[in-house]
Amino acid sequence: MKKTAFHLLLLTFAVGHAQGADSLRNPRFDDQTQLPKAPAKTPSQRYFQPPADTEIPNNAFGDQVRRGMDIFMNTKALAPEYVGNEMNCVNCHIDRGRKANSAPLWAAYPMYPAYRKKNNKVNTYVERMQGCFQFSMNGKPPPADSEILAALTTYAYWLSTGAPTGKALPGRGFDEPPPPSGGYDIARGKAVYDKQCVICHGENGEGRKVGVTTVFPALWGKDSYNWGAGMHRINTAAGFIQHNMPLGRGETLSDREAWDVAAYINSHERPQDPRLVNGSIDETRKRYHADDGVNLYGVEINGKKLGQGI
Amino acid sequence: MRNTVFLALLLPLLGHAADGETIMQRGGNNPAAMPCISCHGTDGKGMAAAGYPRLAGLPEAYIVKQLADFKAGRRQNPLMQPIAQALDNDEAASVAKAYAELPKVNIQAGPVERPQPGSGAWIALRGAWERNIPECTLCHGPAGVGVGSAFPPLAGQSALYIENQLNAWRGTPAIPAGRKSKAVAAVPPSRHNDPNGLMQHIAVDLSAAEIKAVAEYFAGLGESKEAFDESQHRLR
Repeated sequence: MKKTAFHLLLLTFAVGHAQGADSLRNPRFDDQTQLPKAPAKTPSQRYFQPPADTEIPNNAFGDQVRRGMDIFMNTKALAPEYVGNEMNCVNCHIDRGRKANSAPLWAAYPMYPAYRKKNNKVNTYVERMQGCFQFSMNGKPPPADSEILAALTTYAYWLSTGAPTGKALPGRGFDEPPPPSGGYDIARGKAVYDKQCVICHGENGEGRKVGVTTVFPALWGKDSYNWGAGMHRINTAAGFIQHNMPLGRGETLSDREAWDVAAYINSHERPQDPRLVNGSIDETRKRYHADDGVNLYGVEINGKKLGQGI
Repeated sequence: MRNTVFLALLLPLLGHAADGETIMQRGGNNPAAMPCISCHGTDGKGMAAAGYPRLAGLPEAYIVKQLADFKAGRRQNPLMQPIAQALDNDEAASVAKAYAELPKVNIQAGPVERPQPGSGAWIALRGAWERNIPECTLCHGPAGVGVGSAFPPLAGQSALYIENQLNAWRGTPAIPAGRKSKAVAAVPPSRHNDPNGLMQHIAVDLSAAEIKAVAEYFAGLGESKEAFDESQHRLR
């Protein structure tokens, strides 16, 4: 009896401690460093092929796949209470989450649940998506049991039909190019931006809309991803850009151009990192950004410290 | 008295639009600059059967650029090039402004569309990413209503016009002589004016059948009489 009580006490302490640590640390959902690196594709190898739309069954499951796909493409319109900016899932996951090197869902879904050192726990795929809403969409995470996340999970599961579970596939993430020798250059990046990106994303990175519907997403400013999103890392953005931009002409920019323009884009102000520690940019940098790839959060550019939020 | 006041109020407006309007109706100062309405219709909506495009409601800067491109030969067309050359810059600017002020194409936002693979709607709404072809609506806007001044509306244009433009970017490959047929020479592309080369590779990588189908898709959207509430989302 005494022993049981002691164990119970110990358990209570342990659980309480873990929860305390979690809420204190603000789990870092967007960190993928704990996932094994995606292997390179050999020239003769084909990327994993997700099923065709014609293979969506006409039943309750199929309806949920289609609902997930609709939310994926029209996130702002169909899940407005969880999207704080003007982004849609499909903005970073080109071709409805099917395109290799554009963080395809078929390569992400089978890698979860995954342990992450940073929040010291096993994260489910649903938690990973909640991170997207919190950071990339600058919104708030839909509840884990919400209809929205159930539909999005079903869509990702269906896209992963036939993909091996727990095996890193070529094409996962953005296949980041190596940093250019001599480092990236923001001024050079501006020249690339003005020539290649302005036409769609606008001079001030504001994107373009038709009525209230975003066509070209904002790359910085209030309508864009926040300082906690994976895309704020220059290395991550360089990977996305090199493989996917300009739209339909991916892999035409050099690795150097991709890095430079990624640095230019991510040297602008954007919504604050929701994990902001004690209202301090420096403390937030130290805890969440100092070892998070290459990023400019808390760094002074042109006499201004980035990370003020907008 | 009341009429005089009315006219006085209207005069500045008339003076403002007269130039462009006159060119539309009667042509430019140079007689080679024929009246626009003879091909583009009295309402500026074009002539579908002949493939003459709609100009009504197109972005001003887009029309100015096209006229400049015709003039410079970046966009080649035996009908339009002499006309563009005969218009001076002021005339081109005012006629572009006048057309931009005419009503834009009006498309109702429908429910989420589920295109069938292999259809024109599929190219328009899903693209062919295995060939790096984005869906048309990704740049030309939902329902192809156009975005900014660089991505013109596809809705409101005829199938023949859209098909002709895709073929103009694409050109056609040579056909070698067969046993009974003569060789057909390649037709080089006649349009080179797509910003950042965004259109040409798309046109090249689409099949002739896909070009026809996607052109028919946009032409088939028609035009709605009911105004669209721009505070509503257009779903993809």
